[in-house]
Order: sequence, then structure tokens, then C-alpha cells
Amino acid sequence: MLELQHIGFKTEEGKDILKDISLKISDRFVAVTGPNGGGKSTLAKVIAGIYRPTSGRIIFDGQDITDMSITDRAKLGVSYAFQQPVRFKGLRVGDLLKLSMGKSMKMRDACDYLSEVGLCARDYIDRELNDSLSGGELKRIEIATILARGTKLSIFDEPEAGIDLWSFQNLIRVFQKMYEHTKGSILIISHQERILNIADTIIVIKDGRVERCDSRSAVLPELLGSADGNTEFCSTLLDKNQEVTRSE
Amino acid sequence: MNEIEKNLLKEVAELDSIPVGAYNIRSNGAPLMRNSTENIDIVPKTDKPGIDIFIKAGTKGESVHIPVIISQSGLKDLVYNDFHIGEDCDITIIAGCGIHSCGDQETAHDGIHTFYLGKRAKLRYVEKHYAEGEGRGKRVMNPTTVVHLEEGAHMEMETTQIAGIDDTIRKTEGTLNENATLIVKEKIMTTGNQFASTDFDVDLNGEGSSTDVVSRSVARDSSRQEFTSRINGNAPCAGHSECDAIIMDDACVLASPQLTANDVDAALIHEAAIGKIAGDQLIKLMTLGLTEEQAEQQIVSGFLR
Repeated sequence: MLELQHIGFKTEEGKDILKDISLKISDRFVAVTGPNGGGKSTLAKVIAGIYRPTSGRIIFDGQDITDMSITDRAKLGVSYAFQQPVRFKGLRVGDLLKLSMGKSMKMRDACDYLSEVGLCARDYIDRELNDSLSGGELKRIEIATILARGTKLSIFDEPEAGIDLWSFQNLIRVFQKMYEHTKGSILIISHQERILNIADTIIVIKDGRVERCDSRSAVLPELLGSADGNTEFCSTLLDKNQEVTRSE
Repeated sequence: MNEIEKNLLKEVAELDSIPVGAYNIRSNGAPLMRNSTENIDIVPKTDKPGIDIFIKAGTKGESVHIPVIISQSGLKDLVYNDFHIGEDCDITIIAGCGIHSCGDQETAHDGIHTFYLGKRAKLRYVEKHYAEGEGRGKRVMNPTTVVHLEEGAHMEMETTQIAGIDDTIRKTEGTLNENATLIVKEKIMTTGNQFASTDFDVDLNGEGSSTDVVSRSVARDSSRQEFTSRINGNAPCAGHSECDAIIMDDACVLASPQLTANDVDAALIHEAAIGKIAGDQLIKLMTLGLTEEQAEQQIVSGFLR
């Protein structure tokens, strides 16, 4: 469904962030992981059209979308959830959901999507997307907008970042449910073992390259096993995993 | 009333027909229709253009509509409206001015509104300014609002200028006694070569008095805006003002907030932010399938809602 052919991305200062990345993504749930600064978020932005790759092609459903705008990619069926959701003065939760659905929205629809992420539509639909909402609330609303779009490809950039533990527990459930119901593909950037645990395929990106791309059963034990090797990424993963397990 | 006048009335006062209750409709510099009720008496001034509106103490749940419409190009209208609102009232006043100018001469309306709110009176004052027309003549509006709030009085003012006015100087002055509250919400958008100046001056004289002045504005094209606010805390009181502006194209926005504390227990805050639409905001809406122009439009209309 999504094919990346030799994708490279260089910053204006000439730093190579992505180096010759080639991937085929057709599974229902693909997790991208790897150390911070390895290029994961840049890759997600390249797919969504926020960054233009400096080399390579992106093929989506057989169509070359490399030179397409963010808007055109969105219309074709690419959704992108921000790692840090954007705040708007004046725009309300209901407005964003309505825009996500691309048509008129009934209270029932808003209720469907917001309840999925543990929010009550009645309390939230008229709330402004401003500083009065917590990071966790914004994150859940961001996910609801992706659910409301229901596109062929949904990209989530570290959905667990910046949310409280309660939200995190629910987040896992949201993704489990999404996995069961999605008709397209979910591409999720995450450090969390519990998210990686739902994935069909795990891709490890390090230093701008694909270090590993294989089934979960092949990659996950390696990642957890190497946690003892003191890599920053994997010890973080283990710590967080234990923290979540303890709280349950 | 012709179609142009009917449309102006709808824009500024959301009226499709003659309002219920007390009203005074002024058209092309002269009174057009007027209605007083048992509790609300509207009396024309004899010494100058305008009206006195007397609202009996204890009047609750009633409204007064006082729209002004001008469809005669080149007219310069000046009007003085005084509102005498009795103690313990709870009412809504809807004012507004609409200009339709198709000529080449300047058309102007200067409305000077003075409010006297009795003790514990509560008022919601809604004011909309709008202009349209193909003429080259400038459309000018200079509203002045003077507010006197007695002990425990509460006034909320919503003032909106969204389109068509080339030049405006908006002045609002308030004097507050003990435990009185003045809340102002202003929304302005300027386009083309328009100029808007807005000036607030609030004296918090009574203990426990408070004010919240919030201005949201969008300046597009080559338009200019000036925001000035002066809050003077002369007693133990609370004052907050906020100027939040989106600047686009070649526009210019100047914000000059001023706070004066003359009492050690005066708590005064000002916030001002001027900036372009954040790139992330545009990108977020574009990832939902909106074009950049559509995204911009959504952000602006949400901001000025």
C-alpha cells in the first residue's frame, strides 16, 4: 500500500536525517521504533507531506505521491497525528472533528469518536482547543480526529509522549480496538513495548537508516534482549514497561 | 424600508422584522420607528440628535434594540444616546450601525453612548458595526461608549467590527464603583487599507471592582490597527486586559497597554500577543484535507467567533 523507495532527507544545514530508506508497508499495524534522533518523526512527516524528501520516491496505492501537497495526500487517504497536538484559540473540539469527517457532524458522531478516546462529547464538543486543555486531553482529541477521518493510512507520531499514565492505559486499548477495526494500515511511532506488542511488523530506524524490519515475533525479543546492553532507547522502554505493569 | 436597509438591519441587529419590545430605529440621520414599553421609555432629545432611554428599576428579561442604518452616501450622522438603567435591572441592549455606501463621498456615523447603571443592575450590551457598498467614498464609524457603574452593577459589552469599515476610532471609558464589574469583548477585522483604533480607559474606583477587557483582532492586507488600554486601579480591585492579534500580509498592529496601580491592593494584569498564524495550525488543518487558504479561513473565523 505504501512504498518508500530510497528516501533521503537532508536539512538545510546539510545534515542527513534519512539515508536511503526503502520500505514496503502493507500490514494492518506497523510500529516504527528506534533511538531518539534516529529519524522516525522525520520519516512520518515525509510520508504526510510536511517535509519533502531530498531524494527517493513515495508510492501510495500505486500512485507516486512524492510531489503532492499535504492537502492532496490527506484527500488520498493519509492521516497524520501530531506528536504535540496543535492548540487553536477560538477553534473548538467540535470544529476539528467536523473538519476531520469532512461533512456535517451530528452529536452522535462526535460522541462515537470522543468516547473511543475516553472523553464525553457533551463536555468537550464546545471546548476551545486552547491552553485550557491538558496535554493528555489534546492528545486524545488528536487521536479522535484520526478516527473520525478513517483513512487508508493513519500515522501516529509517539502517541504516548506527554500523556499521563491513565491516558496511556486507555491509549493501548484504543490502538487495540483500532487494530481490530481498521480497514487500512496504522503506522505508529512508539517506544512503548505495549504498543509494539500489538504490531504485525516492527521497523527499527537508527541513524537515519532501517536497521531492522521484520515481524513482531522476530524483532521484539531482540529489542528487549538488548535492553541489558544499556542502549538508551531500550532501557527507557523497560523502565516504562515496568512502571505501567506496576500500576495495573 | 427597502431591501438594502432590511439587509443592513439584519447584519447589525440580526433583525428580520420589527423587534419585539422597546426599539428605536434610526435611518439616514433621522428617527424611523420607535416603540416604548411599560418599563422602557425612549424619549428623543430636544437639544441635540439622539435619545434618552429610561429603564425602570427592577426591569428584568427585557431587551432594547437601537440599530442605526445609513444608505445615503455622503451622510455624516452624529447621535447621542443616553441609557438610564434603574437599580436591580437585568436587561439586554442591542445596538449597531450599518452603512451601505455606493457613492464617492465619505459616509460617517459617530454614536456616543453613555450608560448609567444603577446599583446591582445587570446589562448585556451587544454592538455590531458593518459597512458595505461599491462606492469609493470612505465608510467611517467612530463609536464612543461611556459607562458609569454604581455599586454592584455588572455590564458585559460585546462589540464587533468585521467588515467594510474603512476608518474607525473606537473609544470606551468606564468608571466603576464598589463591587462593580465591566467585561468587554471586542472583535475586529480590518482588510485593504482600513484603519482601526481602539482605546479603552477604565477607572476602578471602588473596592472590589473589576474589569476584563479582551480584544481579538485580525489585520489583513495593508490595514493598520492600534490598540490602547489604560486600566487605573484606584482601590483594592482586579483588572485584566488582553490584546490578541493575528497579523497577515502587509498589515501593522500596535498594542499599547497601560496599567496604573494607585492602591497597593490593586491587582492588574495585561497580556498582549501579536503574531501570524502558526505554521503548525495550518499544517494540522491541511492534514485534514483543507487547502492552505481554507485552513487560514477556518483559523481566522474561529479566532473571531
